[in-house]
Amino acid sequence: MVAERIGQEKKAGRRGVWKDMGKGRVGKGRVGKRREEGRRADCWMSIGREALEFMRKREEVWKGRLLEGVLLLPALLVCIPVIILLTGSVMGRGELAAYLRPVLSETSGFISWKLMPDYPTFANYKRLLLETPQFFVLFWNSMGMVFAILAGQLLVGVPAAWAFAAYEFPLRKWALTVYIVLMLLPFQVTMLSSYLVLDGMGLMNTQKAIVLPAVFSTFPVFICYGGFLQIPKELFESARMDGAGEALIFFKFGLPLGKGGILSALALGFLEYWNLMEQPLAFLEDKALWPLSLYLPEIGWQQAGYAFAASVITLIPAVFVFLAGQDYLEQGIVYAGLKG
Amino acid sequence: MMGKKRAWIFFLLPSLGGVFVFVVCPFADVVRRSFLTAMTGQFVGLWNYRMVFGNMAFRTAMKNTFFFTAFCIPILVSFGLLVALAISRVKHIRLLKSLYLFPMAMPTAAIVIVWKMLFYKQGFVNKYLQGQETALMDYLGTEAAFYLLAGTYIWKNMGYTVTLWLAGLMGISGEMLEAAKVDGAGRMQRLFYVLLPNLKGSMYIIVVLSFLNSFKIYREAYLVAGSYPHESIYMLQHLFNNWFVNLDLDKMAAAAVVCGAVFLAGILLLQRAWEQ
Repeated sequence: MVAERIGQEKKAGRRGVWKDMGKGRVGKGRVGKRREEGRRADCWMSIGREALEFMRKREEVWKGRLLEGVLLLPALLVCIPVIILLTGSVMGRGELAAYLRPVLSETSGFISWKLMPDYPTFANYKRLLLETPQFFVLFWNSMGMVFAILAGQLLVGVPAAWAFAAYEFPLRKWALTVYIVLMLLPFQVTMLSSYLVLDGMGLMNTQKAIVLPAVFSTFPVFICYGGFLQIPKELFESARMDGAGEALIFFKFGLPLGKGGILSALALGFLEYWNLMEQPLAFLEDKALWPLSLYLPEIGWQQAGYAFAASVITLIPAVFVFLAGQDYLEQGIVYAGLKG
Repeated sequence: MMGKKRAWIFFLLPSLGGVFVFVVCPFADVVRRSFLTAMTGQFVGLWNYRMVFGNMAFRTAMKNTFFFTAFCIPILVSFGLLVALAISRVKHIRLLKSLYLFPMAMPTAAIVIVWKMLFYKQGFVNKYLQGQETALMDYLGTEAAFYLLAGTYIWKNMGYTVTLWLAGLMGISGEMLEAAKVDGAGRMQRLFYVLLPNLKGSMYIIVVLSFLNSFKIYREAYLVAGSYPHESIYMLQHLFNNWFVNLDLDKMAAAAVVCGAVFLAGILLLQRAWEQ
């Protein structure tokens, strides 16, 4: 934005120079010579000023580019892990073994790497996707849990957010504070209480033990609330005047206009639950029920290629959600920061 | 049809009910249990609390968690602000923001394998530091693990923080800045007297959310180093998990109450400070 403004000023400044010169030329003949000279000097001075100004602006643009370069550097560092994963996943078994030998056989020396494998191959993917049914089980465990959680949050959290945003009721402020505090409590603090209730319900070692508490998480409520707050309240009032029921207002106005907040909550939720770790580690004993996120690190160095391919496949849905929902993601981060 | 007065009940009830059943009531039960023995259910007063505070592992974990947050959050928040200020001055805001946000999408499990390649004794970092004086270091088995984890945390959360700061910066009216400029305020003066005071609200929420996210670093710590990592990164999260595995439920109850109280006090204090 700022850079754009500078660009506009730059253009305007340049135009200004020509305009002044033009004026000087037009003025010839109409006014006295001395005056004309004075004006010319003025004009030249103004050109000098403009030129200085222009150079300063240009310097600023260059500074901007330099700054951009400096900012880009750490941003590119971010991509290195992805590149390592991608190349590793298309490396053959022999090649990988050669590069990773120091770790594999505990000899001295260092592991090495190549950005382009000598013999790129999709063998790892083939083995993973076609010959390892367990991988699918885990992949769908993850998918299943994430979607169950997000669907539950939609059903439970969105109406709750609507209640906070659209109505005044006794203890509203108090309840909102409780929701904020619960949103901020780390899992470890509520781990024992969750365990007690899940154990009491006989849900331990089932995926319901992961899904149910997550459905009632207050984080999405807060994000959706942020979205609903953006809708002007007069809208509901006038709808009410026209005789619309409360449910109708929610479905007709609340949902479509609060869509941004809801999608933000879903995008943030997906990235969070795709990485599920703490909960399954505590509540799922049976490894067949585990999500992908917990299983991946169990693959040892011996099967590095396989691990790389599995990592890339884990990465794909997350990157997809990230790219598709980036605007909402940013919005959600901002909504999380709204005042209660 | 439901009336305006009571409609909120229908909207709120499922969520509120779930919150009470899954969090509030069981947590009240945990508070009760923290005064009882786990096995027999006898009332023992503050015995469990005394046990927890006397426990070496708890002290280490408390200390490490405290140092970790005290080390990381100021760095993250201030660097985030610097990056946000810089980004707000350049052209490709969107691209840069995406790049900084991207680590958020990196699944923990995928990060871990790369970290192992980089920081193992025979990994790349040692390979390129080899020429220098440093002896071969196993970054995960020494004090360095702490800084490695701190770096990972900052790497992962920078985008989040920058996005929040940028939102705060965009919220400041350009007119106010122009006015300050016309009045002859230099760049630094504008930063300290116009921008920063107006960013106080953002700062509060950034600190709180960074704190919340700092607890998730356990994922990386656990996946890279397991349940009993080097002492410098043994945190409350490890402790709770290990007590849970060993069924030390009475100690856990007392520790959960202590930590819950500390967090609650912290959140309310910050909120109070912010509202003033």
